Amino acid sequence: MTLFEVFDWLELSAPGQYVRDSIWLFPAIEAVHLIGLALLGGAVLVVDLRLLGLGLTARRVTDVTLDARPYLRAALVLMFVTGVPLFLSEAVKCYFNFSFWVKMTALGTALIFTFTFHRRITGPAFAGRRTLQRSTGAVSLALWFTVAGAGRWIGFS
Amino acid sequence: MEALSLLWLAQWLAATGGSIALHESLYMYPLVESTHVLTLMLFAGTVILVDLRLLGFAFTSIPVSEFTSRLLPWTVAGFVIMTATGVLLFYAIPVRSYQSIWFRIKVIVLLAAGINAWLFHRRVEQDRDQWDGNTVPPRGARISAATSLACWVVVIVTGRMIAYNWFDCDRQPQSAFINWAAGCVVDLSTTP
Repeated sequence: MTLFEVFDWLELSAPGQYVRDSIWLFPAIEAVHLIGLALLGGAVLVVDLRLLGLGLTARRVTDVTLDARPYLRAALVLMFVTGVPLFLSEAVKCYFNFSFWVKMTALGTALIFTFTFHRRITGPAFAGRRTLQRSTGAVSLALWFTVAGAGRWIGFS
Repeated sequence: MEALSLLWLAQWLAATGGSIALHESLYMYPLVESTHVLTLMLFAGTVILVDLRLLGFAFTSIPVSEFTSRLLPWTVAGFVIMTATGVLLFYAIPVRSYQSIWFRIKVIVLLAAGINAWLFHRRVEQDRDQWDGNTVPPRGARISAATSLACWVVVIVTGRMIAYNWFDCDRQPQSAFINWAAGCVVDLSTTP
């Protein structure tokens, strides 16, 4: 089975059909996906700004990260459960869509970066390591904004 | 007559060179639109965090005054980008936007969100010194925060729906209510 056949099969799956057959379901799910984006943005930004020496500067990086973490996770769950049906409804279009692959590559990288490197650097062991913190915040922001930008661009192509 | 003159204004805007150029541009319109959407992360993201703090859900160990004052500049920056790109998006498609029920609901709820924020600063927040460090702020502040969250959710949803043409004036027949709410000028002589 080729990758294309997998995407074709996904598009023909029951949830894919269901979303595609409705005129309002795709827009409705898309709107919730955007609410998730806003929450994700807040949870990512507040930590990464702190890493960059901005925002909640009177607080420890570790504390800000721990406070934001449940909302980061909630946002990721919301993005995932809305993103999957959106994808299933137009999997073949996504297969041929350059922005889709940019988004998925950036998303994979962002997730791995967030739950490995970023997680370590925001830990107490790296308190005061300014350069490392700043670059981690900058890379994280760049990755997540690439995910969002490429995600938006799927709809233009 | 009032509504008619706003429609004339939209039609006049639509005929300007800048509006046509933006509307027909290959990359400029999508870029402005994407910036508008991505700024949700900055603007709505920081607003949501502040509302979650006021509800007593998030960042509860940080005093409300510190949390809001440290995030406010970022919210304001987001608001400026949102407004600038939003105005450009309207400028590119003035008549259709003006006659969109989604756009109209969005503008009304935007105003409601603005009034809610103003009331929070003028009234609710006045005795903040007494509850600044509280994990859960008093009822009034929580109502303000919940209202804010509800407003911004509606603004995001209706904003996204503007792109869909289900209720557009040029798709007749629409119900009398839609034609009234969207301010459609239905020419009966050409209606089949």
